Amino acid sequence: MILAVLAVAGTAAAMGLRNAVHCVLALTLGFAGIAMLYLQLGAQFVGFTQILVYVGAVAILAVFAIMMTHNDQSVAPPTSSFPWLLGVVIASAVFAVLARAIISSAAPAQGQPPQPAVPQPGVTVLQIGDALMHHFVLPLEIMGLLLTAALIGAVVIAMDRREEGE
Amino acid sequence: MNSLQNYLLLSSLLFSIGLAGALTRRNAILVLIGIELMLNAANLNFIAFWRYGPAPAALTGIMFTIFSISIAAAEAAVGLSIILAAYRHCRTTDLDQMNSLKG
Repeated sequence: MILAVLAVAGTAAAMGLRNAVHCVLALTLGFAGIAMLYLQLGAQFVGFTQILVYVGAVAILAVFAIMMTHNDQSVAPPTSSFPWLLGVVIASAVFAVLARAIISSAAPAQGQPPQPAVPQPGVTVLQIGDALMHHFVLPLEIMGLLLTAALIGAVVIAMDRREEGE
Repeated sequence: MNSLQNYLLLSSLLFSIGLAGALTRRNAILVLIGIELMLNAANLNFIAFWRYGPAPAALTGIMFTIFSISIAAAEAAVGLSIILAAYRHCRTTDLDQMNSLKG
């Protein structure tokens, strides 16, 4: 419950604050809360991956991008041509629809008692590596290829091309 | 706070927050962060369904989440570099001012 409040508060602050750097700091808090939720659900590896990738890498990357693109307008009021209120109303409507669907459809699922949280022994890294190397080896290779392509592509896109042209 | 329904509600709330952010923010980086939040909500759904599903020994939910996190990381890197390139071209990250196709 506390973790849920932490995650929601962090992400809501990340989307609501005015200063972009404060937004990213609050976002780090929210991502950490989500990682704790993964740990609570028994997915240790995913939780630590979340901390490494999101809290470690993506937040730092966003801070760097904000610092590199910093100008005086970045603290301007976040009103846009798309009305602020309309976006919130749309998001609330989406949440209402989803919540209604979840609450109305979860009744039969509660009829069969789900496996209580205890018998799950926790997935070890050994099992995950075993599955990755045997059953999921093709997706793993494709993921490596995708990450390599993304790395090279990001460098090529972000490269300053003005020196070459002149 | 320990049933599937609560986790699904929480993840839909996170999704809505991300959607609101992606719709209302003007800074391109924060719009990208909103999209990342929506991806995170989907990952939380995967883990919750794996945990409370009929076959938690199959590891499918964990694998799906690991691959999804990798794709999200690649997407964040490429997206932020695109924003950097656009900033170098337009001198702004404000989405309302990036309104011309040929620059």
